[in-house]
Amino acid sequence: MDKKNVIICRCEDVTYEEIVRAFNEGYKDIESLRRYLKIGTGPCQGKTCIPLLQRILYELSGNFPQNITIRPPETPVPFGIFVNVPKK
Amino acid sequence: MKSYDVVVVGGGIIGLATAYYLVKNGVRKIAIIEKEYIGSGSTGRCGTGIRQQFTTKEHIVLMRESVKIWRLWEEILPKPIHFRQGGYLWLLRSEEEDNEYRKYVALQNLFGVDSRIISKDEIKEIVPDINLEGIFGASWCPSDGSAYPQDVLDSLEMFLKSHGVDIFDYESVVDFKKTSDRVISIKTDKDEYALDNLLIAAGYATKSLANKLGFDIPVKNYRHQIVVSEPLKIFLSPMVVDRSLYFTQTYRGRIIGGTDTNEEETDDLTLTYNFLQKFSSELVSVFSKLSSVRLMRHWSGFYVVSPDKHPILGPTPLKNVFIGTGYSGHGFMLGPIVGKLLAHYITYGMFFLEEANHLTLDRFEKGMLIQEKAVIG
Ligand SMILES: Cc1cc2nc3c(=O)[nH]c(=O)nc-3n(C[C@H](O)[C@H](O)[C@H](O)COP(=O)(O)OP(=O)(O)OC[C@H]3O[C@@H](n4cnc5c(N)ncnc54)[C@H](O)[C@@H]3O)c2cc1C
Repeated sequence: MDKKNVIICRCEDVTYEEIVRAFNEGYKDIESLRRYLKIGTGPCQGKTCIPLLQRILYELSGNFPQNITIRPPETPVPFGIFVNVPKK
Repeated sequence: MKSYDVVVVGGGIIGLATAYYLVKNGVRKIAIIEKEYIGSGSTGRCGTGIRQQFTTKEHIVLMRESVKIWRLWEEILPKPIHFRQGGYLWLLRSEEEDNEYRKYVALQNLFGVDSRIISKDEIKEIVPDINLEGIFGASWCPSDGSAYPQDVLDSLEMFLKSHGVDIFDYESVVDFKKTSDRVISIKTDKDEYALDNLLIAAGYATKSLANKLGFDIPVKNYRHQIVVSEPLKIFLSPMVVDRSLYFTQTYRGRIIGGTDTNEEETDDLTLTYNFLQKFSSELVSVFSKLSSVRLMRHWSGFYVVSPDKHPILGPTPLKNVFIGTGYSGHGFMLGPIVGKLLAHYITYGMFFLEEANHLTLDRFEKGMLIQEKAVIG
């Protein structure tokens, strides 16, 4: 398959080819790729793409990257759920 | 040993903005040392807001000048920084508040900032969906705005690298070699660098590095929490402030915002449910449409707060050591002007704005504090 058409991050529309290009420009770790390509910053917060990205970085560099920041919530939650209802 | 004219500790907005202006001033050998990645400190965690609605001459003048640079940077930096002048809409909930903010607006106008007090009708025009119940009016400044922190840092980093600045990331400053009044070299966990001048712009760690050098900076670290929502179609361009609540929408469509949970000084960035409750309640009560919008990410960072809520800039008891810290929750917006001021001080031994002379570390010794009242989030 043409690597150009392989979408790695579905929320932010980042392709395999873009990752390789960014890697070659010097963005070699997950945090800087995330900032540069916005990969993993959409509604799924990287649940699909970050494991794929780890594998791609392993293929490119020979090192398996571990420095991933995981932030709550696990899945997007409406603000309304947290609203404090005063007790009657 | 590598040797530099200026070594900057800290890859946040202050470190990068200062390096930018050092390059502009013709300084050749510059290094930035960053413990993790560029933006890993408060800058990459901040609320994007840029405002001139302050209550002291020092802050108003510095921010007026900073906004000029933000506008310029949007045009000339190598990549877009998404600086947007969408205004700051500061809601006022009583006649007393209204009277108080009229005085601040008069001061802001005196120093050339285009803020004004507006009525409920005008609020409705600017942000139609705000719940106006209990609102008296607002302080409004259309030239305030926001920029996207990571894009700003990326763009500055690209500029600096293309101008020969060495950026060492994932490298931590651990010690110094000094004489009685100068630092000679700096030791990291990987290497040692000789230097002529040292700028410590290490955010929450500036104080502890200064202590290692034998002087103190009276700042404290406070945890502040913040969230972003899922992306939505763009509908909100101002930053809305309602007491301690603030929120806006980024160019990527996400609602970003925070509030103050009045915590004690801490070194801990743990997130709390209490924050989510307080933030969501305040947000939904002033903007009920956001109730069904989903929160996507929650994180925290430090406000480095000084006794008078003003930055601490420039000279220290050591002749070739300079600091920039104590922005008290608004160091991102101040970044461009503070970078320019610090670079000027390091290069020429003086500031170019009279107001900055009031912001040096020795003001605490001399008892010349300035009080800022408008601190949010
Ligand atoms: C939740 C939140 C919201 C905010 N909202 C806004 C806002 O809307 N507008 C605004 O203007 N400001 C805001 N701020 C404040 C703003 O983020 C800070 O004032 C500003 O980013 C400070 O920049 P800095 O460069 O001084 O520090 P930082 O960005 O913290 O950079 C310091 C860097 O130094 C590095 N470092 C530390 N120790 C060492 C060491 N030993 N060796 C090497 N490197 C080291 C750190 O890793 C860090 O990257 C907010 C802050 C928070 C936490």
